[in-house]
Amino acid sequence: MKKSIHVTLKVWRQASGGDKGRFETYPLKDISTDMSFLEMLDVLNEALTHSGKEPIAFDHDCREGICGMCGAVVNGRPHGPEKGTTLCQLHMRHFSDGDVLVIEPWRSRAFPVIKDLVVDRGALDQIIIAGGYISVNTGSAPEANSIPVPQGAADKAMDAAACIGCGACVAACPNGSAMLFAAAKVSHLALLPQGRPEAARRAIRMVEKMDGLGFGNCSNITECEAECPKEISIAHIARLNREFFRAQLASDEK
Amino acid sequence: MELNAKIPEGPLPEKWDRHRFELKLVSPANKRKFDIIVVGTGLAGGSASAALAELGYNVKTFCIQDSPRRAHSIAAQGGINAAKNYTNEGDSIWRLFYDTIKGGDFRSREGNVYRLAQISNAIIDQCVAQGVPFAREYGGLLANRSFGGAQVSRTFYARGQTGQQLLLGAYSAMMRQVAAGRVRLFPRREMLDLVVIDGRARGIVTRNLLTGAMETHSAHAVVLATGGYGNVYFLSTNAMSSNVTAAYRCYKRGACFANPCFTQIHPTCIPVHGTYQSKLTLMSESLRNDGRVWVPVKAGDKRRPEEIPEAERDYYLERRYPSFGNLVPRDVASRAAKAQCDAGKGVGETGLAVYLDFRDAIRRDGRAVIEKKYGNLFQMYEKITGEDPYKTPMMIYPAVHYTMGGLWVDYNLMSTLDGLFVLGEANFSDHGANRLGASALMQGLADGYFIIPYTIGGYFAGTPLETVDGTHPAFGEAIESSRKRIDTLLAVDGRRTVDDFHRELGRIMWDYCGMSRNNEGLEKAKGMIRALRAEFRENVRVPGENETFNQSLERAGRVADFLEFAELMVTDALARQESCGGHFNEAYQTPDHEALRDDAHFCHVAAWEYQGEDREPVLHKEPLVFENVTLAQRSYK
Repeated sequence: MKKSIHVTLKVWRQASGGDKGRFETYPLKDISTDMSFLEMLDVLNEALTHSGKEPIAFDHDCREGICGMCGAVVNGRPHGPEKGTTLCQLHMRHFSDGDVLVIEPWRSRAFPVIKDLVVDRGALDQIIIAGGYISVNTGSAPEANSIPVPQGAADKAMDAAACIGCGACVAACPNGSAMLFAAAKVSHLALLPQGRPEAARRAIRMVEKMDGLGFGNCSNITECEAECPKEISIAHIARLNREFFRAQLASDEK
Repeated sequence: MELNAKIPEGPLPEKWDRHRFELKLVSPANKRKFDIIVVGTGLAGGSASAALAELGYNVKTFCIQDSPRRAHSIAAQGGINAAKNYTNEGDSIWRLFYDTIKGGDFRSREGNVYRLAQISNAIIDQCVAQGVPFAREYGGLLANRSFGGAQVSRTFYARGQTGQQLLLGAYSAMMRQVAAGRVRLFPRREMLDLVVIDGRARGIVTRNLLTGAMETHSAHAVVLATGGYGNVYFLSTNAMSSNVTAAYRCYKRGACFANPCFTQIHPTCIPVHGTYQSKLTLMSESLRNDGRVWVPVKAGDKRRPEEIPEAERDYYLERRYPSFGNLVPRDVASRAAKAQCDAGKGVGETGLAVYLDFRDAIRRDGRAVIEKKYGNLFQMYEKITGEDPYKTPMMIYPAVHYTMGGLWVDYNLMSTLDGLFVLGEANFSDHGANRLGASALMQGLADGYFIIPYTIGGYFAGTPLETVDGTHPAFGEAIESSRKRIDTLLAVDGRRTVDDFHRELGRIMWDYCGMSRNNEGLEKAKGMIRALRAEFRENVRVPGENETFNQSLERAGRVADFLEFAELMVTDALARQESCGGHFNEAYQTPDHEALRDDAHFCHVAAWEYQGEDREPVLHKEPLVFENVTLAQRSYK
């Protein structure tokens, strides 16, 4: 395999939310194939800084695929072409010499652009505030092993809880729906006995909040599952729907 | 200045109980009259925000990321310790206490560490109740695994994502308080200064990272939970935005900084592979439960690992430390790896790596079992290196991971500045000269859920606090000096980028104040840091302006502080003429190259007090008193 490649970037540049924005083209030479995608952007930003231009703004933090801070659409796909991978864990060895890479921010009504590739994902926090928790005050918890949880349920809950809140599911969805995000939280807590007392209330509140924030509806296109860097299954959306309908029909929560 | 740790009197197991009884209380109705600022939303800051708000205090919480859920605690992989003794191996609060004191090479306080071990069990209960999906046995009860420096399995875990799951627990508890109106959240804010009025911390200055606006916030107390300073080395396992600025600003306002030279170099990280590299990735210590560390017996052996027969492999940890084997503490494992590479036995392209091999575990347990335990770690390794660790051994090398040093705090977690409390990695309190694996998560949550809620009440109830707001001249002065620092950075317009300076600083620190140190190198580093700092002030280039989202400017401010702070680390390393834990001065070692402490002269906490620009800080010593354990040469043989 080649140790270094030349690529051409077409990057979305937008000075602020009010700016119209445009693509700019940057040829990059001798990019090591061991570099991560973000390290490649670092190299470009160093060069831009040296030439007196403003570097490209992009969110990132842990650079090991867990904080959920990074993300951009690369050639039409959130987090790029590799399955189950965040942008920071995407390495240049997956690209070929001469490739043209079009890089854009998450595009969704609920995620306004702040600058270049940086968007405001505060709406996801709002969904959690609406009910994404178990109401237990510090100090009032019972002995941990007094609540047995079948291993299978714990494993499934962990599958859902693996969501990193990056927003790729919303960016991937033609409707801009946050169903996979909300479902992951509802499902994680609904699968555990500790989460059952508030399950109905949680499902109703979180869905209502999501609808009010400008996210679109889910119409089972399943792009979210395909692009989720943590490969969260749409089975969790089915569980959210079950929890929601059950809550609507058979609980006192409205 | 007299350092008073305020450790309660009485037998060790009764100290915390007695202290909680003696602390004055704020009545439920009066709690709402107090405003508390919490800076940082990792395990310590998130849990503190939630717990304080549940009690009825008004909490304002700040974080640097776009969402509080992204703090770097999220990256912790392996687990969290507790003395539950679910495995029936003879674990106890005393044993967790003893392992932690010994693991820290007898440079931490007995009182604090014992309290940490006492609280550990309540943390697990709390997290389970919040819905943290810990690993479980078939019967539905909690599972455990082993970590370094312990001979019992006391680590609770959620796959390889324990930090993430615990943080999401604290985050959701905090978000519940946001919904209740008792926590106000301020994301994308960076704390640039602490405001001190009449000797007490009464507020902070923040920069709104979206608009550049300087904002002031007043409160009755400030709780700092801003993490560690490992990024002074440029390459570390820390997240990119982890920095020392908030803690360093507090130091400059009068809070003492304790043991800054105590840094942890973690033995199992993916090796450095290129000059463009921006960070290093940790491979959880839990892998040492099943992975075996080895190098070729013969120096310069360039064969592929599969081609090296058993007899020509040196499982050097198992050979040198038969009772702990691959699970020796981190400082010991890291130095041993360095020694092998220094002897020419390192592997891989750079020769700066050793093998971590799962062949035997896969043969013994089958691939499915290994995949279930470590699947996401193996996947991460393959993504980064392009090699499949199920087939070929991982290559690992030590990397900067955690900082045991931090702002000095007393038993109440209050710094030398009244009203400034410091939690989690940002304080120095519990890990001595070396932290054991799975203890950081325990400490962050102990501080936030179960210590600060009581001790801050004691402070409020016993301190007359006048009303202050942002119009007080101290706020104006703090804003002015913060703005001046930013204007100065933007005005230089030199030729080198911020990252370029940061990388060079990191190399100096890694070479001379890293895994192994000597006086000559430390003296040299001091001069190099000063020269680099001077050049930075004349030759850095920060593009853009203050009034926009400007990530270069954010980094410039942090690197400017690292360039000052690095010198304090070196000063501290030079003052500590012994070896202990992560601080290894080559002049002080046993015949078989273990760290050699000097308890007669250095059994103390070194707390440094700022004296002003270009003046040497003053050293205050807090003697460490051991009434319950006997100081001994650490042995893991």
